[in-house]
Amino acid sequence: MSAEVGQFALILALLLSAVQTVAPLYGAHRGDGVLMAVGRQAAILQGVFVSVAFACLIHGYVTCDFSMALVAQHSHTTQPLAYRIAASWGSHEGSMLLWVLILAIYGAGVAGFGGTLRETLQARVLGVQGVLGLAFLSFLIFTSNPFLRLSPAPVEGTELNPLLQDPGLVLHPPLLYLGYVGFSVAFCFAVAALLEGRVDAAWARWIRPWVLAAWAPLTAGITLGSGWAYYELGWGGWWFWDPVENASLMPWLLGTALLHSALVLERRGALASWTILLAILTFSLSLVGTFLVRSGILTSVHAFAVDPQRGVYILGILAATTGVSLALYAWRAPALRAGALFQPVSREGGVTLNNLFLTALTATVFLGTFSPVFIEMLNGDKISVGPPYYNRTFAPLAVPLMMLVVFGPMLNWKRDEAKRVLQRVRIPAILAGVALILAVALGGLDHLLAAGGIALGAWLLFGSLAVLVRRWWAGRAYLVRSILTTPRAVVGLVIAHAGLGMLVIGVTGTTAWDSEKVLNMRPGQTIEFAGRSLTMIALETVRGPNYEARQARFSVEDRFGPYRFRSERRFYPSAQSQTTEAAIRVGFTGNFYVSIGEESPGGIVVRMWSHPLIVWIWIGGFAMSIGGLVSLSDRRLRVGAAVRAPLPAAPQPLPAE
Amino acid sequence: MKRLLFLAPVAVFGVLLVVFFLGLGRDPRSLPSVFIGKTLPEFAAPAVRPGDVGLSRADLNGGDPVLLNVFASWCGPCRVEHPVFMRLRAEGVPIHGLDWKEDAEAGYRWLQENGDPYIRVGSDPAGRVGIELGVAGVPETFVIDKQGRVRYRHVGAVTPDVWERKLRPMMEDLRREP
Repeated sequence: MSAEVGQFALILALLLSAVQTVAPLYGAHRGDGVLMAVGRQAAILQGVFVSVAFACLIHGYVTCDFSMALVAQHSHTTQPLAYRIAASWGSHEGSMLLWVLILAIYGAGVAGFGGTLRETLQARVLGVQGVLGLAFLSFLIFTSNPFLRLSPAPVEGTELNPLLQDPGLVLHPPLLYLGYVGFSVAFCFAVAALLEGRVDAAWARWIRPWVLAAWAPLTAGITLGSGWAYYELGWGGWWFWDPVENASLMPWLLGTALLHSALVLERRGALASWTILLAILTFSLSLVGTFLVRSGILTSVHAFAVDPQRGVYILGILAATTGVSLALYAWRAPALRAGALFQPVSREGGVTLNNLFLTALTATVFLGTFSPVFIEMLNGDKISVGPPYYNRTFAPLAVPLMMLVVFGPMLNWKRDEAKRVLQRVRIPAILAGVALILAVALGGLDHLLAAGGIALGAWLLFGSLAVLVRRWWAGRAYLVRSILTTPRAVVGLVIAHAGLGMLVIGVTGTTAWDSEKVLNMRPGQTIEFAGRSLTMIALETVRGPNYEARQARFSVEDRFGPYRFRSERRFYPSAQSQTTEAAIRVGFTGNFYVSIGEESPGGIVVRMWSHPLIVWIWIGGFAMSIGGLVSLSDRRLRVGAAVRAPLPAAPQPLPAE
Repeated sequence: MKRLLFLAPVAVFGVLLVVFFLGLGRDPRSLPSVFIGKTLPEFAAPAVRPGDVGLSRADLNGGDPVLLNVFASWCGPCRVEHPVFMRLRAEGVPIHGLDWKEDAEAGYRWLQENGDPYIRVGSDPAGRVGIELGVAGVPETFVIDKQGRVRYRHVGAVTPDVWERKLRPMMEDLRREP
């Protein structure tokens, strides 16, 4: 029954999205308040019906309704409840439904909370959103229907890929989609601005929170995915430059650029047409990220079911959204008012430079990801692009960008003097120098590059904290008050930039100083490795809810004291596949990672790694995400959309961040 | 002039769209090998296992259909397909391996840790043999018939599904051939 309800709810949502497209766009054109109000209602109702459809799909999974084809393909009665629920977005169809759900909820949000927006602008945003809803709902219904029935229904389903049965993976896709789809709101605002032919302060103040609201979960989602790869795939890597990973990295990079240029637009009214272009491109890359891997144009570990019909449909959507909006851009953007002028050495100049680097980085990843397609088209050769390409192109662009990050918040708006800026960063520079010397002293001259990485991390960390210190020092006469009145946007900035520093330290530490060892072990045997002594206590077979596992238990002695952990190799009989559950001791100075392999008469293969500082990669990633959320909670952003305020926020009493 | 600048994004996108559209026609997973129906060129890859003989062309005309799996320890999908090969080995399906673009030592460690399903396994640290065979990436698996001719080339991981639906029927047919 629930499948039919879901199907009908989806069809109703599709019809409503058509209403949401036509009514507000035409209403805004005619200045008809009733039609615009119809658009708002349609958006809210669409949110309700897609939610109903999604609830129906989850219901099917929870009750193990194997007469639903999708449930039968990805669920099994022995699969734990949490993974049965997570399986509802573990397939192509289910994840598309989740995508549409988030889109519809955001649309309802713009309709419900956009009361302070100019009415025609809100209507146009909703209209563009309606087009997206129409495109994706029809894609879902006509090419990837999640509610198909199976007759006769099988008694038992096929299990969800065991690699995906993991807490990290339960949250990973929803977070990514919150990010991808969140950028759709910025996209709709951009297209609406082009339709309106004007960009004003209210528009600028609205777009930044939406970008932040997309960027923060996307950051968390990517971090989570990287963490999952680390502990689940069983060989301790954390980033593989796989096409699907790149597909999430590209909108992130460009979204980061958008985040910064929107700041300039909001505060100074400059970079308007550039920001619009970024908003269009960021969402387009999100589309590429969500869909191109499903079209069969690229192969990947993550690739979903490949179907040329879907591919054509997706390209159609891309052509309709990106193509039309870029054409609109070419037509309308030249007429947009140019913003305030600024000197090269200024906050605006810094952000422009940041945008240049981030755009170049995005282009690098884009070329790496798609060059196999281009090259084959040109001369028929098959090539694969791997880590060496990215090491040679990505790092040389990323390092200067990260060196510049510290300067950004130290610059004054409009104009500044290079000499005084350098003066402001001297303390972080000195601290980074100290870090360099310490790293050389500890790691030796052979690891000069690694020492440079540590120094870069320290520079980012201290340079970000210096923003707060400088602010508080300037207001030291009223220290408590100046701490309490620090805008959350500044705190968010500091956390996010410091997070980047932690990430750099983590990447450097694990790249330069990791070590590994492989050997055969028997229970009772003890081994010394990287300052730890590892004893295998027992090796036995254990049973889980839907798997059998060989489990090795270890006790470890290191300088922080003894502890125990265990490593497993699981076999999932119904999926006929195996997974590795590594034993990982997480520590701030480094992780100890032990996984087990094949058994032989000589014992069991035990592979151990020491990954110094690696945990800072994820701490840094989550810190960046939290920084985004803190910034989002800033009062200025929450109430900032009030167009009725006669003036923009009053000038701040303290020298800005 | 300024107008042209604003036209650039849509122009570039147009080109991309055409490329993507043409790209849809191809299936990145089923690459026809230039060697389909032919024997592979002469090659000899040194041993991965210390003290072993390695892998050469001659090993592929053993009179039985065999699989030749190109793998590497640094390759993610290889981990996905590895348990399948372990199972095939247990079932008696002959599989040879070529360890691509890494030191023999790394490949050997990997085999020790994950199990070694290969009869013969050769090392190809510089990817030279890979070029001879037309290998584009790892993992790739060639199906080779009794006469040593390549009959099929699978790009990507051999999942249980791929094995059951595609490779197993093919191997069974080849076994029945004279």
